[in-house]
Amino acid sequence: MSWLETFRTAGDALRTRRLRSALTVLGILIGIAAVMLTVGLGQGASQRITDQINKLGSNLLIVTPGSTTTVGGVRGGRGTATTLSMDDAQLLADRSVAPDIARVAPVSQSSLTVLAGATNWTSTVVGTTPDWLEVRARAIASGRFFTSAEVASESSVAIIGSTTATQLGLDSPVGQMITVGGQTLTVVGLLETAGSTTGGDQDDLVVIPQSTFAARLSTSANPRAVSTIYVEVRDQASLSAAYQEVSTALLTAHGVTTTTADFTVSSQQAIVDTVTTTARILTVLLASIAGISLLVGGIGVMNIMLVSVAERVREIGLRKALGATPGVILRQFLVEASLLGIIGGLAGIGLGLLGASVLPGLLGQPVTISPLSAAVALAVSLAIGIGAGVYPASRAARLAPIDALRSE
Amino acid sequence: MTVVADPFVGVAAPDPDARPLLALHGVTKTYRSGQLQVNAVRGVDLTVRAGEYVAVMGPSGSGKSTLMHILGCLDVPSSGSYELAGEDVSQMGEHELAHVRNARIGFVFQQFNLLPSLSAWRNVELPLLYAGVSRRERKARALEALARVGLADRVDHRPTELSGGQQQRVSVARALVTEPALILADEPTGNLDSASTLEILGLLDKLHAQGRTIVVITHEHDVAERAQRMVVMRDGRLTEAARPGEPTRHSEGLA
Repeated sequence: MSWLETFRTAGDALRTRRLRSALTVLGILIGIAAVMLTVGLGQGASQRITDQINKLGSNLLIVTPGSTTTVGGVRGGRGTATTLSMDDAQLLADRSVAPDIARVAPVSQSSLTVLAGATNWTSTVVGTTPDWLEVRARAIASGRFFTSAEVASESSVAIIGSTTATQLGLDSPVGQMITVGGQTLTVVGLLETAGSTTGGDQDDLVVIPQSTFAARLSTSANPRAVSTIYVEVRDQASLSAAYQEVSTALLTAHGVTTTTADFTVSSQQAIVDTVTTTARILTVLLASIAGISLLVGGIGVMNIMLVSVAERVREIGLRKALGATPGVILRQFLVEASLLGIIGGLAGIGLGLLGASVLPGLLGQPVTISPLSAAVALAVSLAIGIGAGVYPASRAARLAPIDALRSE
Repeated sequence: MTVVADPFVGVAAPDPDARPLLALHGVTKTYRSGQLQVNAVRGVDLTVRAGEYVAVMGPSGSGKSTLMHILGCLDVPSSGSYELAGEDVSQMGEHELAHVRNARIGFVFQQFNLLPSLSAWRNVELPLLYAGVSRRERKARALEALARVGLADRVDHRPTELSGGQQQRVSVARALVTEPALILADEPTGNLDSASTLEILGLLDKLHAQGRTIVVITHEHDVAERAQRMVVMRDGRLTEAARPGEPTRHSEGLA
């Protein structure tokens, strides 16, 4: 009996028991779709996080006070340790101290209420230097950024993000006046949109000169304290050299050793690695749970095949009497089980693809489904079908024709 | 399309000197049923020549079902030899026996044993499926076999859409379709009313007249009477009830 005939016979048998076959297939279908979607969600999430972080500049080192914070590019402002200062930023900007560093942007920030006329909105107010624009890989949409001269003179100027502008009802913000913490500032520029990242909405901020922030808005006892120093490295290859330079310079300046260090240097790459590792662990965890449902689906296939063999004892006996060898019977039942697996797998991939196109809209999370994961899903469902079919099929093949024919 | 040998043409009348189609010598079959040893068949010698129509009679428990299983290569004897069409099948394994059953034997069962999900012609083509015959030829031969049993207009009917007599005719067509050396009928009329019984017996008569070798296992006299020769199974042993050519009698069969 040819393979084609075996498939045809198996297909007939499954069609005869439509409802049962459909329900069995459902078990595999749900399992495959669940695994594909959880893996897809995990991959989509880590892809998006990686993209967002890289968008902020991949040649970036971030220096934060204390040694407790290693994850998160942006650190909350008030109430945290203030061991970093403008002096540290100036030290790092010195080419003779740190030759691999291109630019340095010290940042002090606070969450403050911003007023524009009668409208108020709470935004992140960032005090920094002109290099901030380059270091954070941002651009100006209209107007201009502030200058070094304006930093030196503690000018009352501000550059705002697009979200802030919208919330304050400023259609063309350049030239408008805003009030922050009782200080009236002139908006001189609007930032290009950057989108959301793990650090929050990158378009909801007010950027002002560091000196202005320190003198008029800071609540810190030390007006020269900064919450973060962003360091742009010359190129990707110099990243570890720059890391060493920053560490050495700050350890010396603060008079501490590596064990008592009061700051942390993290690279954008380290953050990406941490985040993707976390995402991968979560994905594996979720996929394992989904995998259990796939296993249950496989047990369902085996169960239904055993029922099928028990129910079709007479049919098996007749087929054997008419000349089916044990091998032919074995093949027929194996193919039946494999068909259940493959049909479930294909339908599961279909549902997975459907989910991948619908879920991002519902959850706001991207779902990445690769051809590889679809191929793996199909191979796994086939393997489950065969694996679940072996025992029932061998039972069918071993039935003695007379016992089989005798059964009522 | 392959031309199928027509069994209606060129068949000689049964010849008493023809070579034996099947020959059993000292066949025994012993079952183990728990602690109990059951000697179902206790030494049977039987020779059936090509073209013969033989009835095996006997009450239930006489071992005739076991004998039928051995004749049909569904089971192997515990001892003794069984030659079918010149081949010793008593020592064969399950795989080889399947091929022998497929090629040499056409079964007609009391319960018809048709697959309910398949139409008449798909049931009839089953033995050809296991013989590796192409789909197109299978259909042609199945339709032809159904025509021979008078069911040319019922080929697409499912078993449940057919009467008992028609179902049994489908199974006769299935037994014929491979052109087997032996047609083995196990209580072929056991589940039929008297009209259908006559119909099936008439069909067997016709097949015999065309030169087929037929062995019928039955406990019904009317059925056994149709055969050319009658043997009786009792307590695992076989006795000849009537010699070939002699008219058979009820009283002898049941004596």
